[in-house]
Amino acid sequence: MNAHVQPQPVPGSGIARGDVLLQVDNVSLSFGGVKAITNISFDIRKGEIRAIIGPNGAGKTSMLNVINGFYHPQEGTITWRGEKRRKMKPYEAASQGIARTFQNVALFRGMTTLDNIMTGRGLKMKKSFFWQCLHWGPALTEEIEHRRRVEEIIDFLEIQAIRKTPVGRLPYGLQKRVELARALAMEPDLLLLDEPMAGMNLEEKEDMSRFILDVNQQFGTTIALIEHDMGVVMDLSDRVVVLDYGRKIADGPPEEVQANQDVIDAYLGVPHG
Amino acid sequence: MLYREAGQFKTTYAADQAIFPIAQDKWVVIAFAAIAFIAVPFLVNDYWTNAVFLPLLIYGLAALGLNILVGYCGQISLGTGGFMAVGAFASYKLMTSFPELNIVFVVLLSGGITALVGVMFGLPSLRIKGFYLAVATLAAQFFLIWLFNKVGWFYNYSATGQISAPDRAIFGLTVTGPTALPWVKYLFCLGFLAFFALVAKNVVRGRIGRNWMAIRDMDIAAELIGVRPLQTKLSAFAFSSFYVGMAGSLLFAVYLGAVEVTEAFSINVSFLVLFMVIIGGLGSILGSFLGATFLVLMPIMLKNAMVDGMGLLPVFAKHVEIMLMGLLIIFFLIVEPHGLARLWQITKEKLRLWPFPY
Repeated sequence: MNAHVQPQPVPGSGIARGDVLLQVDNVSLSFGGVKAITNISFDIRKGEIRAIIGPNGAGKTSMLNVINGFYHPQEGTITWRGEKRRKMKPYEAASQGIARTFQNVALFRGMTTLDNIMTGRGLKMKKSFFWQCLHWGPALTEEIEHRRRVEEIIDFLEIQAIRKTPVGRLPYGLQKRVELARALAMEPDLLLLDEPMAGMNLEEKEDMSRFILDVNQQFGTTIALIEHDMGVVMDLSDRVVVLDYGRKIADGPPEEVQANQDVIDAYLGVPHG
Repeated sequence: MLYREAGQFKTTYAADQAIFPIAQDKWVVIAFAAIAFIAVPFLVNDYWTNAVFLPLLIYGLAALGLNILVGYCGQISLGTGGFMAVGAFASYKLMTSFPELNIVFVVLLSGGITALVGVMFGLPSLRIKGFYLAVATLAAQFFLIWLFNKVGWFYNYSATGQISAPDRAIFGLTVTGPTALPWVKYLFCLGFLAFFALVAKNVVRGRIGRNWMAIRDMDIAAELIGVRPLQTKLSAFAFSSFYVGMAGSLLFAVYLGAVEVTEAFSINVSFLVLFMVIIGGLGSILGSFLGATFLVLMPIMLKNAMVDGMGLLPVFAKHVEIMLMGLLIIFFLIVEPHGLARLWQITKEKLRLWPFPY
């Protein structure tokens, strides 16, 4: 179905597939007295699908927020592409190639699907304000060039029919897909997906899983995934990190994590007594 | 039947992204522009220019500017009157200090100065949002009016505190001052409005416009996909204030000729322009014009109907007019909270299917 999309060279120059793309070292994050994340370390390798799982309130979303610069951890370091990262703003993380989707859809509701995805191209569009005013010459060429790229993504995710629909009118499943499209439009090195399948039915989940795998294989995008559906997590991911109460309790391939006693305890509870 | 896009196939993205992708829209706008530029100048007299067209064009420009800020970028501003005053006083100072300066540049520079002032008062927008920002911009309104009233330098220490526009000409035709001909004033303002409406349309459908809308709709998500909040908000303040400043400059130099700051640019003006934007349609270029048309023309039509048509006393008619305007505003907002532009859009969608809607 996606035969016309050419496999693209793996973005993120200098880092080969399988090398560490992002390294989190001893990160702790607290809000006042509440410790959201305590001393967590893990890495994400280029080209893999890395799942972050854990019960509710385990600190998964906080972890993503730390990775894309929305929260600043009090302790620990984050190494991105081999360079230790200083404290940064979210848009700086975005310009370095980290994209993300949200647990509860965060689309620009007043804009059409096309405009939403085009917004994702914003960082790659460079033409000055002057040309923007004219919307002609270089600005028009640039606009159309990016429109072409956006159309490729639209084809890829099969959302051609809703191109010109304001996203506020779309059903939930499609909104999630548009959000993925917007993140893909940034051509990220690392794509953070926060519960991409929350609230979906089985068929929509299957579609979304297929898209995630395709993104990973065809675009070579590294993916960090938060998901509660264990079937999906076990099938999609290469490696899984498990959090509970802000601590890391397991890290490894899906089968290994599945068999880990700590993980089973965290999910099922431990009898006290 | 008439309004149908069947058979209009787009084969390029350029055609699909044209300002008016539907041919009928394009022809209507071209015909409208042709009438406005070619036919109307021969027809206007003093009354039509001063009572109808100039306020319409000038407030249209101001509403367009405010719509960029409120409708596209989601930053509420109640400082429009103050910013228009900045435009007016900037052009007064420019005209009196540099008599050789062409009036076109006077208007543009006044817009530029207002843009700078707008950016200054836009700085709080990074920290405060919504109604609180509205209150902060209200401070701009009061501060600027106070400033122009208090500091004599701005009105060249004239005894009355009034400023009045000297004669300025373009291509040998007087545009400002008492000797200016109605059609020259009309065309001058129309030229500005038409050109800058086109510019605004271009900007809002490009990268910058999308960034503004992204900030408006979901500022956190916008930031996470690489939109810089400060830069984006301030650019909206600058762009919007530029338009509002030009409108203030035209209002003073071309339309009124002489103004007293507390009268011409009071808080009422801020509200009037904001209502134009809300009634016309937030986030729509067309809506700005519809709103301005509605709020400028409706009182005149009501007055004419009541005074000339029904023979009521002008004073009495004025009161009824105010009440009727209020009623009409409420009526339109109940019918379509998203403004006249949305109403027009719905009409178009229905027209597409007419006469066989099923």
